[in-house]
Amino acid sequence: MSEPLLQLEGVHTHIGQYHILQGVDLLVPKGGITVLLGRNGAGKTTTLRTIMGLWHASRGSVRFAGGDITQSPTPEIACAGIAYVPESMSIFSDLTVRENLFLAARGVKSADQMDEARLEWIFGFFGALKKFWNQPAGTLSGGQKQMVAIARAIVEPRKLLLIDEPTKGLAPAIIQGMIAAFRELKQTETILLVEQNFSFVSALGDSVAVMDGGRIVHSGSMAELTEDRDLQHKLLGLSLDTHQ
Amino acid sequence: MTTISNVAAQDSALPKVRVDLLPLLLVPVLALLMLPLIGSFPTWVTLTVAGLAMGMMVFMMASGLTLIFGLMDVLNFGHGAFVSVGAFTATLVLLPMKSWVEADSILLNLSVLGLAILLAMLVTGLLGWAFERIIIRPVYGLHLKQILITMGGMIVAEQLIHVIWGAEQIPLQLPTTFRGAFIIGDAALEKYRLIAVGVGLTVFVTMFLVLNRTKVGLLIRAGVENGEMVEALGYRIRRLFVGVFMAGSALAGLGGVMWGLYKETLTAAIGGEITVLVFIVIIIGGLGSVGGCFIGAMLVALIANYAGFLAPKVALVSDILLMVTVLLWRPQGLYPVAKR
Amino acid sequence: MIKTLLSSDLPRSRLLSALLLVVLFGLALAPFLFPGARSLNVAATICVFIVLVASYDLLLGYTGIVSFAHTMFYGIGAYGVGLALHSMGPSWWAIFVGTAGALSLSLVLALVIGLFSLRVRAIFYAMITLAVASAFAVLASQLSDLTGGEDGRTFRVPEILQPGFHLFEGEILGRAIDGKLITYYLVFCSALALFLFMLRIVNSPFGRVLQAIRENDFRAEALGYRTVIYRTLANCLGALVATLAGVLMALWLRYVGPKTMLSFEVMTDILLIVVIGGMGTVYGAVIGSALFILMQNYLQVLMREASDAMAAVPLLANLFHPDRWLLWLGVLFVLSVYFFPTGIVGRLRTRAAVRRPR
Repeated sequence: MSEPLLQLEGVHTHIGQYHILQGVDLLVPKGGITVLLGRNGAGKTTTLRTIMGLWHASRGSVRFAGGDITQSPTPEIACAGIAYVPESMSIFSDLTVRENLFLAARGVKSADQMDEARLEWIFGFFGALKKFWNQPAGTLSGGQKQMVAIARAIVEPRKLLLIDEPTKGLAPAIIQGMIAAFRELKQTETILLVEQNFSFVSALGDSVAVMDGGRIVHSGSMAELTEDRDLQHKLLGLSLDTHQ
Repeated sequence: MTTISNVAAQDSALPKVRVDLLPLLLVPVLALLMLPLIGSFPTWVTLTVAGLAMGMMVFMMASGLTLIFGLMDVLNFGHGAFVSVGAFTATLVLLPMKSWVEADSILLNLSVLGLAILLAMLVTGLLGWAFERIIIRPVYGLHLKQILITMGGMIVAEQLIHVIWGAEQIPLQLPTTFRGAFIIGDAALEKYRLIAVGVGLTVFVTMFLVLNRTKVGLLIRAGVENGEMVEALGYRIRRLFVGVFMAGSALAGLGGVMWGLYKETLTAAIGGEITVLVFIVIIIGGLGSVGGCFIGAMLVALIANYAGFLAPKVALVSDILLMVTVLLWRPQGLYPVAKR
Repeated sequence: MIKTLLSSDLPRSRLLSALLLVVLFGLALAPFLFPGARSLNVAATICVFIVLVASYDLLLGYTGIVSFAHTMFYGIGAYGVGLALHSMGPSWWAIFVGTAGALSLSLVLALVIGLFSLRVRAIFYAMITLAVASAFAVLASQLSDLTGGEDGRTFRVPEILQPGFHLFEGEILGRAIDGKLITYYLVFCSALALFLFMLRIVNSPFGRVLQAIRENDFRAEALGYRTVIYRTLANCLGALVATLAGVLMALWLRYVGPKTMLSFEVMTDILLIVVIGGMGTVYGAVIGSALFILMQNYLQVLMREASDAMAAVPLLANLFHPDRWLLWLGVLFVLSVYFFPTGIVGRLRTRAAVRRPR
């Protein structure tokens, strides 16, 4: 078994006086999509933010690609090869789509030097980006903004993508498009995906970890979870095919 | 693949980019409105040029402050100190090189001005670095302490100027070729004012290009909106902060040199005197917006000059009245910056 | 009984209590202990500043509002009474009219500024108050027909307060009972009363809500307290007390002028005192004012000697030149904000709490 790309051991995170993560043990293997499931408030976003260094773990360790990143500052973690797509998308509305992606392309000095082939690849599953290339990102619709956010994370090759609820608030038609895009992405990228939309996740996920009360309460393969309805019920409170 | 593109295309036609031109139009509209009130065209020209020149200088002094605030959420109540230091540093060039100042050669005059500006910007930039490290860094995010401490910093800076340069006023001689005015018809256009307009425009265009065409500029604009995301993209925003603070302080220094020459006498309080004006300008413009600051500076300066001619008593409080009017129309200033 | 008088806000430190008592008795007996005209002036100034700074502490220390308009209210009080006495002649009625007028104007301005600006962020508010106060100062010096312009106005006070007035012949404890003494005690007693009033306010339920707002205004709002109303009230109270401080100062000096009453220097003095003395502790105003005014008057003598001693090195001599005392105060101020955010009073209280047996 090759070493996991990302490993959290006994991670505790406090925010102010709130003890959010209470000993998280998580393994993300290289390649494919690992899904992080759980109710609201279980600590999924906090986990992603802790990995990214936006909040620092008060105890435990976070190891990535063989190195310890527990107390590293966020820019360093990003440069180590982790890209983050937050729940709120956080695109820069004042900047155009082109400028948003240009900022994310750390390796290039000027916008013309961005990898054309890679951009065409991205336009392949996010066609709207080509159309709105010179529009301020703030004028785009929700689904399009989400495309910008994800495109930013893949404009250059990264080792790991942390994606937080990409389908939140999006229309079903757009979500279908996202599924296709992710199917393509997972062939080349490793993704840790936080999602509540189970149909999205069951179609795409390879392994799954379920969080509750700041801890991982189950981990295993996605196939196993999809088949075992009792397990679904126990972990998530309802059976997964009734869950949207 | 095609599914998404189609869906997206059906989503909406290319959204129109609404460029908010209204505040921009205020400046020429104001100027034109004043023409009938003033009556004589030559006087109007003189007043308008005076207003534009003063506006440029105020813009230079204020632009750094608004950018620093927009990016770092730090309000430096001691910003005036950099203006004063800039002006006083200029004396270190202008006084020893008196011969170049007094020479009747535009080349020598511009060179000595250029040297003074260079030195002033260097010194205030370094001072800004020190200020950020020592005074500002410990109080990021704590607005109350920031206000108090930067005020304290200003008091100390002003006093240190007295210590180093003495407590008397220092006269600053305007270079020979900058004196006097071009007479066009009946209108007198003071030469120095035209130079100020030139320098100011150069600064504005440079800032515009940097902010819109360079990666650093994009980072600054992105950082103003969401500093956390900039870090998550792999950039050390702390370094950006320091750089912007230094640049903002250097700009204030530049403004100080131009302003000091404009007033032709220097006192340590020169920075403190314009602090209120600078604050009013950045409030009018919208905290964090360089474009807004530019327009705000123009409006304030123009109104001060027009009012000074038409109704002198009102002129003294014209800037406050303008601020109140603008805030009633747009409570966040002319161009509010999108904040997280 | 002392507890009720001090509204249960005891000094809580023996050293602090001792200092406070020293200040209290020093001020109470000043005309007899320090008979010179200069020293009596210092004492009266301390009394007025205690009130002025305490009213500012209500805003800054207790409610967490930074306002630069405080000197404006101080000036309104001074000018109100001064101009009334100047135009209506030296009578108690003039004093009453002037004071009432000043309080009304201050109240209106405080309300307007408060409601207009407290909806915006603290930074905005600070800048706006700065702008308004400076506009006011400019107006005061420009409307010279009314206000006497840059030079200000002198005026006469009611007979009993005039220096030439003698209550009776002869002296008590080596001092004649003249109008100056009576004026001094008027100032002292008013200051004491206002100080105890401030103590009562900050220790009342109202005061506690203010502190809650300072700590976390979201939470206070969530708990049901309309923070805008509380902040406006605090603003108005602070303004009114500052106005009264101005009235007292005008009566003492028998003079009003923009430099003494409306200048930015006064505002910086207040800020320096409140931070060094201790924000959020009304006693800070007492210790701070006493320290500051004494230093302002007497430290400069020391500095002159130091400066003369260093005449050989111009830069050092300049550093210690008595006019540069503001430099050192500024440094002390910056250090205080960093290292002693609770000021002298806070420091003393912490040390006493540490020492107290558990």
